[in-house]
Amino acid sequence: MRTRAAYFGVFTALALIFSYLESLIPIQFGIPGIKLGLANLLTVILLYKRNAKEALLLSAVRVILSGFMFGNLFSIVYSLAGGILSLLVMAVLKGSGKFSVIGVSAAGGVFHNTGQLMVAMAAVETYRVGYYFPVLLIAGVLTGLLIGTAAEQVLKRLEKFRFG
Amino acid sequence: MKRNDWILIAVVLAVSAIFLGIHFFRPQQKDGIAEVTIDGEVFGSWPLSEDRTIELGDGNRLVIEGGKADMVWADCPDKLCVNQKAISREGESIICLPNKVVVSVVGGEKREVDAVT
Repeated sequence: MRTRAAYFGVFTALALIFSYLESLIPIQFGIPGIKLGLANLLTVILLYKRNAKEALLLSAVRVILSGFMFGNLFSIVYSLAGGILSLLVMAVLKGSGKFSVIGVSAAGGVFHNTGQLMVAMAAVETYRVGYYFPVLLIAGVLTGLLIGTAAEQVLKRLEKFRFG
Repeated sequence: MKRNDWILIAVVLAVSAIFLGIHFFRPQQKDGIAEVTIDGEVFGSWPLSEDRTIELGDGNRLVIEGGKADMVWADCPDKLCVNQKAISREGESIICLPNKVVVSVVGGEKREVDAVT
């Protein structure tokens, strides 16, 4: 139990560092609201090394902490909606056993953006953000594939490593 | 990667393509109108054919010029709406989430494929 808490702390710290690193990168993809989501790499790894419950906890803790440090209340609400939806989908797909890490992560990316867009539509009380949906879908697949590929490599090297 | 991964990716890309197709091939009108809502309520609408500058409440400034509507200033910290491109096609919109301002085009000019969308 104690080692598990320690590992969880390390993961939270790493996820926060990744969020911070990403906020430093000035690259804009030309489309507002799209970023790599480097911190989700930790969420995917924890989902595979531990379980969905801990991955969800990590995702929520990271979003709230990094939101207070680098973002604002809006970014917390959006990221939380995206993070929770994305994690639920990833947990289901992983549980089905029919997808590899890369596919699971790609689906996570897609539903992360979908969740955020749903909150945006509710917030501005319009369906007009809907035309933005395909752009977010494609961006979600691409970033999800990148994160998934990285996660696969990390998991391969951590195969014998046990958390807590 | 497993075969299912590829199927998943293909499905997502197909859905995006369908949405983009709907966006590009919807019927079109000549004279576009920029319709502005703040917090879900209609604030006003202006034709894109006349150049003008409009203050949207206290937080945003919209400029209509050359048939396009563009958000040029906002008081929010992230400036996402200011960074969005000028809009002219039907269904396109500029959204400022912090101020709950939505500018959308009703009945836009002829569509043409551009680099981003």
